[in-house]
Parts: sequence; C-alpha cells; structure tokens
Amino acid sequence: MAQTPPIVAAHGIHKHFGTLHVLKGVDLMVAERELVFVIGPSGSGKSTLLRCLNRLEEPSSGSITVDGIDMLSRSTDINAARQRVGMVFQSFNLYPHMTALGNVALALRKVQGKSRAEAEARARAALDRVHLADRAGHFPGQLSGGQQQRVAIARAIALEPRVMLFDEPTSALDPELVGGVLAAMRELREDGMTMVVVSHEMGFAKAAADRVVFMADGLVVEQGPPAELFGAPRHERTRAFLGQIERH
Amino acid sequence: MTFDDFLLAFFSLEIVGQAWPILWTGLQQTLLLSAIVVPLGVGGGMLLALLSTVRHRLVRWPLMVWVDFFRAVPPLVLLIFVYAGLPFAGLEVSAIGAVAIGFFLNTGAYYGEILRAGIESVPAGQMEAARSTGLTRWQTMRYVVLPQAVRNVLPDLISNTLEVVKLTSIASVVALPELLFQARQAQSVTYNATPIVAAAVVYFLLLWPVVRLLSRLENRQLAGRR
Repeated sequence: MAQTPPIVAAHGIHKHFGTLHVLKGVDLMVAERELVFVIGPSGSGKSTLLRCLNRLEEPSSGSITVDGIDMLSRSTDINAARQRVGMVFQSFNLYPHMTALGNVALALRKVQGKSRAEAEARARAALDRVHLADRAGHFPGQLSGGQQQRVAIARAIALEPRVMLFDEPTSALDPELVGGVLAAMRELREDGMTMVVVSHEMGFAKAAADRVVFMADGLVVEQGPPAELFGAPRHERTRAFLGQIERH
Repeated sequence: MTFDDFLLAFFSLEIVGQAWPILWTGLQQTLLLSAIVVPLGVGGGMLLALLSTVRHRLVRWPLMVWVDFFRAVPPLVLLIFVYAGLPFAGLEVSAIGAVAIGFFLNTGAYYGEILRAGIESVPAGQMEAARSTGLTRWQTMRYVVLPQAVRNVLPDLISNTLEVVKLTSIASVVALPELLFQARQAQSVTYNATPIVAAAVVYFLLLWPVVRLLSRLENRQLAGRR
C-alpha cells in the first residue's frame, strides 16, 4: 500500500456548523483498491467527513486531494472533479421524474457530453452491473428500496469514478433488502473499486473491509484492520461503542 | 316589472345577436391579452423563484421587498400608475405595453411565490445527488429540481392562471377593448344588460374546462399523497 500514492488524502479537516465544531482535525488516507469502513456513534462527524471529500460540505480548514486533484482549491473545476468521486446516499435520492435509465444517463449526457445513444448504452451497462438491466424503463416509485439504491450505485459508477463514497447506504432499507445492496457493493469491490463506506453493517465490515476507522466527537479515535479493531480495540471509547452495537 | 320584462332585460336573444360582433372582438382581445400576460407572468415568476435560491443577502432583501410590494399593491392601481405615471418619467407606453408591464410586475410576483414554494418542496437530497455527479447548479435546477417543482405546484399555477385571465378585464381602464369592456359598450348602446350576461357566459365557457382539469389534477395529487 505504501508504494502507490493514496487516491484520497485528507489532512487536518475541520468543519464548523455555526458554533458546532463537527470535525476537529481529521486525517484520512485511502489507497487504491482499498475499502475503508468508517464507523462511530451518530454525531461523530463521519457523514460530514464523507461529504467533505467531494465538497458537498465545504471544510472550514484542511486539505483534500482526490486522485491528485486539490478538491478545495478555487481553481479546481469542482464539477469535473466530482465525476471522479461517486456518491451513494442513505435516502437513494433518485430523480423521481426519470426512469432508472434516465437517472443513470443524465450526467453522462449533460456532464460528460455524450450523445443520447452512447449515454444510454453506458447507462444500460451500469444497470447491468447491479443486475437491474431489466428495470431500465421503471420509475423509482415502481422499484423497491433495494432496487432504488442499486440504481443509485449504477448512477455513480456509470461515470467511472476513481473512488466511491457510501453514506449509510443500507440504513433506510427494510432488512430483507439489505443483502442485494451489500452484494452489489461486494461485486464493486471485487472489480477493484476504491471505496469509503460509512455504515453500521458490522458484518459487512468484518467480511469485506481492509481497514476500519472509528470516529467519535469529530476525531479519528483509532483505526486498523477489522480483525484488530473489532477483536482487540485499544481505546475505551471504541470498546464502549462496539459493546453497544453488539447488544443490538 | 313583469317576468317577460326581466327576460328581455337580461336574456334577450335578439340583443345577443346584435351584440355578438362586439363581444367577439372583445373575446379576441381578452385571449390576446392572456397570451401576452400569462407567459410574461410565468417567466417573471420563474426569474424571481430562481433568484430566491440565491442565499446572498444582497439578493434576498431586494427580492423580498420587490415581491411583497407588488403583491400588496392592487393590480388596478398598479396598471393606472404604469399607464399614467410612466409618461412623467419620459416613457411613453401604449395601453397594451402598460398592461404587459403591470401584469409582469403583479402576477410575476404571485407566480414567483408559487414556483419558489415548488422549488422548496424538492428535497435537498435531489440537489446533492445531482451535484455529486458533476452537474452544475444551473443544470441541476433545469433537469432535476424545476421539473419536480413545477409538477408539485401545477394545481396552484393553473389556479393562478385562471385568476390572471379573469384579471385581464382591468385592461378596460386603459381603454383596451377586452371582453368586459366590449360588453359594457354593447350594454350602453342597447340599453340592455344582456351583453353583460353573455360576457359572463363566454368567460364561463372559456374557463370551465380549465377548472375541470384543475380539479382532476388536485384529486390525483391527493390520491398520490395517500
């Protein structure tokens, strides 16, 4: 891991919301093909950190580079840079007035400037990767939550990003629909996608993550391989959090 | 006054026949005015609604004052003011120009508030998802937010449009021969109220299909929310 430069390098990230100090100097490095899991109690700042990485939130200070691009520089074309960072949201956020195909094709056409035919061909290929090619003509309202989230994944990967961010991708799903989304994420990982996942799916973290980052109160408390962090957490804070999760 | 006198004064077919050519030109004028002021109002409203998404206070405060002012001023007063007042500022406006300006200011403010509510009804997650794929703010507005916003407030937009079409009758104060103006001309020539009744019937026939469409849309939205 040390040889290749990191895809994501965030240093000293601070974020204030008014008087609230949500991130208090967070560093996060993600290597190519790495799957990093970010866990922590609600309010720990993990979602905010994720949203800083593609500048949906503007950090108060710090530096972020993604694939060598300075994400916080005024001279960076943020819309071009964001194509390299796919994002999947807790509430899917599919466009309800467009079909699954339309959802995936929109940025291909309007951001990447592809023709309708080419954009739709690529969109179909992306839907095929999440096994929803047969739902291309369906509107989000006609799809289950799990299918909607997989369309959202297709919408992000269609742009061929260098890294994918998942913000609690299964939290809004009924339990029986979680499996399909996790399977899609696992396949993505097997294809070599670099991923940063904020989630409470500890089983998935243990099975698939390369590294788990535990955050609390706007700081990274500790991080390490899942076996280490879950098996022998060093910090009291981590132990308390994991204990609470276990009891559920 | 006998019942026959009453019928003769309000529902005389003979008078309708005599007045119809005048009423017909009035109807045409009303349609023409509507075709001018409705797009102007919607366009002006869209502009205001888009400006309302700019959070900067140098935009917000003037916008709020503008919208409040033109919603509070009675449209009739506004129209007279534009028509009679602008020449003093060195701007000669035709009657139809004054109507266009007055309606742009007044109904634009109303359409603007409706469209603003529509934009605000679209969840923030839609904007975030679109921006995360690299769409610009403007592209996101155009392809993601506005289509949903307009659909969400379509009944209100249509409802407002009904009011605007009816409101074109105030163009009579700047001597534009729209439907009601012509009906009153016919009334004063024939000494009979039938032309007014006929104008009411014409308004009704013109707007009733739109009212029906509106109720169907409203019922569908209610059903959709369930």
